[in-house]
Parts: sequence; C-alpha cells; structure tokens
Amino acid sequence: MSEIPLVPENHVPLPNVSSSNGLLAWVASVDHKQIGIMYLLTTLLFFLVGGIEALLMRIQLAQPRFSFLSPEAYNQIFSMHGTTMIFLVVMPMLIGFSTYIVPLHIGARDMAFPRLNAFSFWVLLFGGLLLYFSFLAPGGAPAVGWFAYAPLNERPFSSNLGVDYWALGLLCTGTGSIAAGINIIVTVLTLRAPGMTMRRLPVFTWMSFINAFLIIFAIPILNAALAALLIDRQLGGVFFKPSESGSALLWQHLFWGFGHPEVYIMVLPAFGAISEVISVFSRKPVFGYAFLVGSGFGIALLSFAVWAHHMFAVGLGDPLNLVFGGASMLIALPTGIKVFNWIGTAWGGSIRFSTAMLFALTFIIEFTIGGISGVAFAVFPIDWQLTDSYFVVAHMHYVLFGGTMFAVFAAIFYWFPKMSGRRLSERLGKWHFWLTVIGFNTTFFIQHILGIIGMPRRVYTYPDLPGWGWMNLVSSIGAGILGLGVLVFCWNVVYSFKRGQPAGDNPWDAWTLEWATTSPPPPHNFAQVPPVRGRRPLWDLHHPDNTDAQNPKVSED
Amino acid sequence: MESGSVFDPVSPMAHTISTVFIIVLIIASAVFLLVAGLVTFVIIRYRARPGQGDPKQWEGNLKIELTWTGLTLLVLLGLFGLTVFTMDDASPATASEQPDIVVVGHQWWWEVRYPAANVVTANEIHIPSGQRLLLQLESADVIHDFWVPQLSRKMDMIPGNSNKLWIAANTPGLYLGACAEFCGPQHAWMRLRVYADPPEQFSAWLADQAQLAPLPSDALAQRGQQLFQEQTCVSCHAVTPNPTENKVGPNLAHFASRATIATGVLTNTPANLALWINQPQDVKPGVRMPNMKLDVEQIQALVAYLETLQ
Ligand code: HEC
Ligand SMILES: [Cu+2]
Ligand SMILES: [Cu+2]
Repeated sequence: MSEIPLVPENHVPLPNVSSSNGLLAWVASVDHKQIGIMYLLTTLLFFLVGGIEALLMRIQLAQPRFSFLSPEAYNQIFSMHGTTMIFLVVMPMLIGFSTYIVPLHIGARDMAFPRLNAFSFWVLLFGGLLLYFSFLAPGGAPAVGWFAYAPLNERPFSSNLGVDYWALGLLCTGTGSIAAGINIIVTVLTLRAPGMTMRRLPVFTWMSFINAFLIIFAIPILNAALAALLIDRQLGGVFFKPSESGSALLWQHLFWGFGHPEVYIMVLPAFGAISEVISVFSRKPVFGYAFLVGSGFGIALLSFAVWAHHMFAVGLGDPLNLVFGGASMLIALPTGIKVFNWIGTAWGGSIRFSTAMLFALTFIIEFTIGGISGVAFAVFPIDWQLTDSYFVVAHMHYVLFGGTMFAVFAAIFYWFPKMSGRRLSERLGKWHFWLTVIGFNTTFFIQHILGIIGMPRRVYTYPDLPGWGWMNLVSSIGAGILGLGVLVFCWNVVYSFKRGQPAGDNPWDAWTLEWATTSPPPPHNFAQVPPVRGRRPLWDLHHPDNTDAQNPKVSED
Repeated sequence: MESGSVFDPVSPMAHTISTVFIIVLIIASAVFLLVAGLVTFVIIRYRARPGQGDPKQWEGNLKIELTWTGLTLLVLLGLFGLTVFTMDDASPATASEQPDIVVVGHQWWWEVRYPAANVVTANEIHIPSGQRLLLQLESADVIHDFWVPQLSRKMDMIPGNSNKLWIAANTPGLYLGACAEFCGPQHAWMRLRVYADPPEQFSAWLADQAQLAPLPSDALAQRGQQLFQEQTCVSCHAVTPNPTENKVGPNLAHFASRATIATGVLTNTPANLALWINQPQDVKPGVRMPNMKLDVEQIQALVAYLETLQ
C-alpha cells in the first residue's frame, strides 16, 4: 500500500474539447473503453438527477401535510425518480461496466460489434433525453409511477403527453439494452483469448454474460407492452382499457413479466463485481466458483417464473399464488448460496480494507436485509398486508441501493484506477463510505416500520397519525446525509481524476487480465495478452512455482 | 385506538397474518444475525496484518457448499409450509356467497353499499363487531386497493374484475385504512375509516341510514337545500340513501354524521365545510369536484343545509 509506483503520466482519458482527442473523437468513438466511460458518466449524471428528485420527495414528506411540492409535482417527480434510477442509472451503469470490462477480462481488443456498441449507448442517451423532455411538454412529466399501471396510464386518466414520452423513451433505452445484450453474448462467445475457456471466465464476466441473456429475453416483453400502450393511447386501441373489453391486468402480467427479470438485470453484474472485489482484497480466489456461476444461471432461469409475486393482492387465487410464492422462495436459494460463497471467499483471507472492500463487505449485510425481506414477501400472507406499503420501499432500496449501488461504489473504487490511471482518494472514500452507510440505513430502515403501521407508498403527503411525522422526519434527515455522501463521492471523482495518486498497471495486485495492461489501456487494449492457464492469469504469472494449476486446493471443477 | 398497525390485529384473519409475520421475522433475524455475525467475524479475524504474506490459496469445498445449500433449502421449505398452512386462515375462500357490503373505489373516494338494507353511503364503513362480513370490491375507474391492516389483508379493486374479501373486527372501535394502490393525483387522500359498532348499535345505525334525514326547518338551511338543487350539486351528489342512479360524487344523505370531509383531508366542521365548498380545488387539488364560484351567502346556506343531513 505504501510505496508509490513510478509510472508515466497518462493522457486525459475523458471527453475534452481542448485536447487532441477532442469531443468529436468521443462522439464518433466505437472503442469499448470510451463507450463504457460515456455510459458511466451519463448514468452518474442521471444518478445525480434522480438523487435530487429523491431529496425533493423527502423534503415534501418530512412533515405531515407539508406543502413544499404540489401533488402533481410530487407525482411527476416520484415517477421520474423510479424510471430514472431503474432505466437510466442502475441498468445502463452495469451495462457500462460490462462494456468496459468484459473485453479486457477475456483478452479481446474490443466488443464483437463496436458500432452496435456505440448505437446502444447513443440510443440510451437519446431515450433518456426524450424522457426528460417531457418536463417541457404541456402537462409535464408522466405521473403514473415507474410501473404505469393500466388503466391509469390510458388517455382517459392521463391525457397529457407525459406517458407517451415515457413509453417512447423507454422503447429507445430498451432497444439499446437489447443491442448491448446481443453484443456482450457474441463477444464472450467468440472473442476470448487463447486459453480463456468458459470455465476460466472471471465471475464478473460470467454474470455480465448471463445478464445479457436476461436482457434479450426480458426487455422485448416490455417493448411489446409499450407498443401496445402507444397503440391504445394514439391509435384508439383497447388492450388495457377494461371499459372497452381490454384488460387492466394484462398490463401487469406483461410489465412484471419484464419487471422481475429486470430486478436481476439490475443486480447480477453487481454480484459479479462483488465477487471480484472480495476475492482480490482477501487475497484469495473466489470460493465456490462453480456455485457462484451456477447460482447465476439458477437466478436467471427462475427470474422468469416469479413475476406474479408483484400481484399477490390482485386476487389471482391461491393455487397461482402458491406457484409464484414457491418459485420466489426458491430464487432465494441461489442468492443465499452467493452470500455464503462471498463470506467463504473472505474467510481465511488476508483482508485489506480499501474503500472498495468496505463497500463490498457492507454490501453483503445490506443486501441480506433486502433479500430476507424479499423472502418474507414470498410468504404471501405477509405480502397481502405489506405490498404497496412503505415496507416495500424499504425492501427494494435495501436491494437496489444497499445492494447494487454499494456494489457499484465498490466497483468504481476498484476499476477507476484502470479507467483513469489514477486512484480515487481513500481518505475521501472513507468519508463517502461512512456517510453513505449511516445515511442509507437512517433513511430506509425506519420505512419498514412506517409500512407496518399502515403508511401506503406513493403518497404525496399523509395525515398526522401517531409516529408517522417523526419517523418520516428521521427518514428525510437520513436522505440528507446520504446526499452528502454522494457529494463527497462526486468531489472525489473530480479531484482524483486530476490529482489522484498515479495507479500503475495493477494497483491492487489483482489477477484478471484487465490488470495486465496499462492504466488506462491503449486503444488496442493489450500489447500482448499473457498466457491464460487458469482463472487467475496474473497470479500464475507472479507465482510460477505455485500456479493455480499446481495447487490441488484450487481445482478447476 | 387509531393505530392501523399490522401488529394490532382485531380479526382472526389479520391475527393469522400478524402471527405468520412474527414467525418469519424471528427466522429472518436469525438468518441476518448469522450472516452479519460471520461478516463481522471475518472482518476482525482475517484483517491483513503487517508482514503477513499471501494466505493459503483454496477455493471451495463441495461438502460446505452442499451443507449451506441444504440448510437454506430447509428454511425455505419451512417457509413454504408455513404459507400453505396459513393462507386459508389469512384469507378464507370467498366462494359464491352474496356480499354483505359492496365497496366501489372512485378517484379518490369510496362508495359503500349495503345491498340487503338498500343503503348507499361513502368514505366510512360501519360494520357490526364480532362478525365476519364479506365485501365485494369494485372500481369505477382505475385500480384502487382496499387496506385496513387491523381487519384483514389488502385486496385490489380492479375495474372490470371484482374481488371479494372477508373482514371482521372482534372489538368495537375505529379502524383506519387507506387506498394502497397508486390511483392518480390524490391517491394520498383516499383514506378510509371503518367503525365496528356493537351489533345493536350497528342495526340502529343501518336503519337510520336507510331513512331520509329530516327536512330542514330553519330558513337558511331551506335556502341551502334549494341551492343544492339549483347549483348542480345534485347532478354529482345524491341526498337520498337509496338513489336509483350512480353519481360522480359521494352520497351525502347522511353527510353530517361523517367525521371527515373529502375522504380524510379535513375534519367535518362547519368552517371546514365552507372552505371545501368554496375551494375544493385548493383543499384537494385535482379532485373531481369543480370550484363552483359561490358567494358567501350561498356557501353559508349550503353549509347549514348539509349540517342537517344527520
Ligand atoms: C362534477 C361533480 C360535482 C359537483 C358538481 C359537486 N361535487 Fe361535491 N364532490 C364531488 C366529488 C367527486 C367528491 C369526492 C371528493 C373526494 O373525496 O375526492 C365530492 C365531495 C363533496 C363533499 C364531501 C363528501 C365527503 O363525504 O367527504 C361535499 C360535502 C360536497 N362534495 C358538496 C358539494 C356541494 C355543496 C356541491 C354544489 C355546490 C357539490 N359538491 C358539487 C363531485 C361534485
Ligand atoms: Cu419481483
Ligand atoms: Cu385509490
């Protein structure tokens, strides 16, 4: 940790008008690293926007009957917050990581279809801008929630153009995601370096690969539903209009048929990143590689068979409830296996507590809370009480923030040196970490209780019932602390990008191929790909007398 | 009393759910403590120490994997069993019985019908305590959700697709609920009050509801009654307890006996009522009742009239 490697300064690896590789070089780029970085920058920007929306909501909810935001404004903002965080932040951010890392992980020069790669990104950005353009349209942004239930999403109840912008925007981002999915699959299947068999793929790349299949099977369901909705709204169709022989529940089946796989689309690559980080900072190979990968497959398959657990309150009847409840419990099995394998990875290691590792270990705990409350919902009598209450808001933020976002922070701290050539400041990182942990748990833990005492979600205000006021205030204060943490993080990125400690090729002494090249890597990625004879090519390179292949404890099962 | 907590059940159904929830919470806490304990142990025991080389390299052990897979599976099977054995008590089958009460969700109020007594009212449901009642849940527009945590599970109200739900209250009292499905701009103010009355009191209440409120005797209220007919209030609100046609707004036949105005926004006082009639769009922006641009005198007359609708 202490010695500073002497490495040459690198060129500025960011879009920059005044440098030789100016803005145009980025706009026209088909390089997976530049596209990956543009994904990350775009999604970080949307993360800030979505975060500001969240803070506005928490201000409005800080007191009962507060009138900081009008009902219309609140409803637009909560709808945009959900849509933004899911479609413009978490999902594309993970795709961005895959875009940057997967070719490096497998020793490739680029993605299989570099131009399709650029298309994926630009169509995402366009979709995002289209969505946000709705704020300028008459009537403003969509105000129907990120799930846009029918028939509220139909013209008679939402006559403004907001929902149309929403549908068109998501059709764009969805198309981009499908293209990215295809690209990742083909890249992994065809561009692996000699020796990089499927059984040697790093866990992150495995998860990106499985995730790509989830994307190409799940998103088309959403696209179909969106197209049907647009036909209803613009061409007088009746798919989702119960008053005209359509079905309100059809929308829910389609939406959650996409929506539950989506939950895992937003978490599988995060699982992959966590596996890398814990392994490297514990100085051990991942524990139970086959189980980590296999459970990823299990999750992917099962995730298409659980959608109706979002619909336990619609009155499907107990036989159906049991099928979906049972499947939802079953999906906890592979997830649980992963949690134990991460602990197994750290067990017996020699743990270095970098900020990345702090986030990764805390991820295990926060994600477990969200996972357990998720299993509780599969015991559907509990769901019958708690669905659509603040308990769900708490649950899903433990999964998506305590889970995915913590993993994303770990991944950013881990890979930032590779992308920029400089490390993020560990001192600011610790501030960022503690503010985030305290702020996050203060904001969301208490929302479990609010749900239990009867507070429905998606309300712009609430009556002054016993306990409701102060608990919401606590939650809002937590959100403020969380916001501070994000500010520190942003400052860290900006500061370290200019002034950070130079990283060198392999600052963490990690073992996968991306660390075998320079930081940032040259346009063609590798001058020479090291020989791949196991899962940890750089370990083998540095320990010629104790390679993974020679070690009976490190088998390739 | 005004709790509304899942852990304060007053019906056998809600009680079952509360018990299931407590059992699951205990299991969940155990799992959480196990995971958090292991992580804490790892953090303390295996932190890198100066001068320490690479730890022993090993990856995985089939026996350990199978053990925790098996144990997790056992816990999940237990939860599945718990679900199977409690789901009927938590939400008993509703077969084909006739509903005692029909509740219709509207953007942003509740229509409440007692078919046997031929009574229509709104926003407050009275039930006899100690009895199980069957509700039929419908929607007039978008999806709403009926949720009174102490009395029963929640159940969606879906246009074109009615649901049935058992509720009960073992002890008399007021039980608070709300619409739990986002249903548009004023979803927040779709609150619900369920009064469980002792059976005799309930019968008296129902009989009273079936009657027309006595005609106003003082001049101001009479003027109000006249205005109510003239100012198109009557095109959206019925003032008889058993109207023949459905209206856009809540039935006001016994409005003065209700505790709140506009589904929970205001407490029902004359001053608040005047405020509401004067500026419904300020009190509940987006509500399906227009600002009628009435003058002070008209509002006072209308308030006086509505106050007589006991
Ligand atoms: C266009 C239809 C419409 C007209 C006209 C109308 N109302 Fe309403 N009114 C409603 C609706 C809808 C509600 C339910 C509001 C809610 O809670 O969301 C309502 C609610 C009320 C309530 C509260 C009922 C309750 O139980 O909370 C009162 C009182 C009332 N209106 C009085 C009047 C009077 C007096 C007039 C005439 C000056 C009038 N309304 C005209 C539609 C109408
Ligand atoms: Cu789901
Ligand atoms: Cu509602």
